[in-house]
Amino acid sequence: MNTKSELVHKLQQDILMWQGFKPAAEGRADRIGLGAIEDAFPGGVFPKGAIHEFIAVCPEDAAASDGFIAGLLAALMNDGAASLWISTARHLFPAALSAFNVATERIIFIDVDTEKDALWVMEEALRCKGLAVVVAEVDALGLIESRRLQLAVEESGVTGFIMRKDTRRMASTIATARWQISPLPSVLEAGMPGLGFPRWQVALLKVRNGIPGSWMMEWAGTGFLEIKQALQQDDWKSGEQRQIG
Amino acid sequence: MQRRFVSIWFCQLLADWQLIRRPELAAVPFVFAAPVHGRMMITAVSALAAAAGIEKGMRAADAKAICAGLEVLNDKPGRCEKLLRALAEWCIRYAPIVAIDEFAKDGLLLEVSGCPHLWGGERAYIKEMVLRLKSKGYTVRLAIADTPGAAWAVARFGKVSPLVASGEQATALLPLVPEALRLEAPILAKLRKLGFYQVKSFMGMPRSVLRRRFGEGFLLRLAQALGTEQETLVPVQVPVDFQERLPCLEPIRTPVAIEMAITRLLENLCTRLKAAGKGLRHGILTGYRLDGQLVQIAIGTNAASHSVSHLLKLFKLKIDHIRPGLGIELFILDVPKVDDVAAAQETMWAVKPGLDDQGIMRLLDRVAVKVGPNVIRRYLPASHYWPERSVQPTFSVTEKPAAAWRLDMPRPTELLPAPVAIEVMALIPDHPPRFFIYKGVRHQVVKADGPERIAREWWLEQGEHRDYYQVEDDQGRRYWLFRSGHYTSEKQFKWFIHGFFA
Repeated sequence: MNTKSELVHKLQQDILMWQGFKPAAEGRADRIGLGAIEDAFPGGVFPKGAIHEFIAVCPEDAAASDGFIAGLLAALMNDGAASLWISTARHLFPAALSAFNVATERIIFIDVDTEKDALWVMEEALRCKGLAVVVAEVDALGLIESRRLQLAVEESGVTGFIMRKDTRRMASTIATARWQISPLPSVLEAGMPGLGFPRWQVALLKVRNGIPGSWMMEWAGTGFLEIKQALQQDDWKSGEQRQIG
Repeated sequence: MQRRFVSIWFCQLLADWQLIRRPELAAVPFVFAAPVHGRMMITAVSALAAAAGIEKGMRAADAKAICAGLEVLNDKPGRCEKLLRALAEWCIRYAPIVAIDEFAKDGLLLEVSGCPHLWGGERAYIKEMVLRLKSKGYTVRLAIADTPGAAWAVARFGKVSPLVASGEQATALLPLVPEALRLEAPILAKLRKLGFYQVKSFMGMPRSVLRRRFGEGFLLRLAQALGTEQETLVPVQVPVDFQERLPCLEPIRTPVAIEMAITRLLENLCTRLKAAGKGLRHGILTGYRLDGQLVQIAIGTNAASHSVSHLLKLFKLKIDHIRPGLGIELFILDVPKVDDVAAAQETMWAVKPGLDDQGIMRLLDRVAVKVGPNVIRRYLPASHYWPERSVQPTFSVTEKPAAAWRLDMPRPTELLPAPVAIEVMALIPDHPPRFFIYKGVRHQVVKADGPERIAREWWLEQGEHRDYYQVEDDQGRRYWLFRSGHYTSEKQFKWFIHGFFA
């Protein structure tokens, strides 16, 4: 019995590894500054060699997602690596990225005409070990395409971000995590005029082998800052709500 | 090695060409004519018409009077050059450097040094050319000599032999008429007036005397014919340094076989490139099909490469574009652009990640070949405040930013391609709006910051300045709005939305 449970545990760990989750390092060295959100992932580690999906229906959400992704890019690219941003109709304004500590000149933008080309470029890019992150704005992503992308990242360990506007086909991908970022009113110190730091509601709609949740985050000039409020916080190991995927 | 040149003279270029296209004209005398100052002047004459006494430069009306039943065809300007160019490209099979005869524009000049022995000697070489051109329908005269000038002269005016032995060009020139030296009409008239009917009558004269009488151009032509002065030919196709050929025993049709052919070509090419320390930047693969058509695919790289596997991957992306038809019998791989390649360092540890990573370069090469090179760009900061000009796209992967990105003024993460007009209500002029309507949705403004005035750069364009406001509505959504120009009561719709903040 004991050996059986050990075997199951070992197998679970192996599966997690194959799916791109690294086991928690000693001392939590490779945290990327997302605070409590990282604890929602299995092992408490943000999965790097995986596909993340960002749902942004309206341009306001897309702008918020851009900001959140830029914050993640800053953390993932801080070793000097380059990234790719693939799009068919890009509205991202490169001048805004430096406010999120991103080295914009290390991002290569690829603006293709068709989604087919975008997916081809993304798959090729995800096989390229020299890249840190590949961001793609694509909608025509089905189960087969997302499987191919997943196979590519498992091999290379590159992080893939997909931004999509179409919510109808949400269920048909095998992304490791699905996010939705929406803007929240910024908060200033009492009596100060103007706008505060960008603040978002970061919802982790789906996370494989982890616990979905919703957090309030702010980009505090140099890094993410979690705004503590009465939100449910669970240890990932304890919950029945842990998703198996 | 002594350089050798062949001059090909197409005696009746246009007439022969017309006969090939319309064989029924063989029994009819015909001429080509083009309008000059409102008159039709004859530009080319067929053999039958020439026999009737019609010459180039006559009036078409006169020619019709001389020869009954003469057919006058319209000559298009530039047709002759086009024809010669096509013939020159065909002649590349005989020698790599083929030039169009710029003086008379009715022949070709070939530098054939080192070529005739491949056809079994100069006599067989020339015979082969004459026969092949004759079988196509062109009447030609050929000569081979040490200089283009001597070959030109003997091809047109020689009466003895088309083969001028090495060093014998002076002897061959002696009995010829002065026209053989490619001289201008006024000089020829002067020579005739002085009684110089053959080259030998003035060739031995002192240079100073000849220069005084006939000018420097005359001496240059003489020296070019004799070989004391170098003459450079302008080839129709510049031969490239790196080229590989693969003739196929059986015509090739399947993609797999084409891939094998490309692999074979690349293996040979990359060995040569590696030995020279060069790498491919631009490559063109040409397939010669059985039906005489050419099929071409081209690849380019961002950084010079002599790796067979990488270049093969790039060509593989384009194999679908090759239409083999009945089959391809010859592949030629041209490399018009090479660059020095940095010696690949064998590293035992992972190199520092960055833009110059080899994997990224290869990825970008593949994207450029598959999708197009102009889809890849990076953005560098530009020294402009105007939002549309504040980022500078660059297609180079290595270019470094000249300045740092500005952080003092917030910029939206999403920028609309063009500002969109919105309806706005502001309490006081120069204040941020209280609410605005964008796409039919009313947004109540809760927080606002601004204005940030950005003036147009008058040295680039004229127009109104913009006063930008960051606003946040009651839902927390942040927008970048601007008012164009000053507040006046006359104009409507002066507010625009330009972007969305994170």
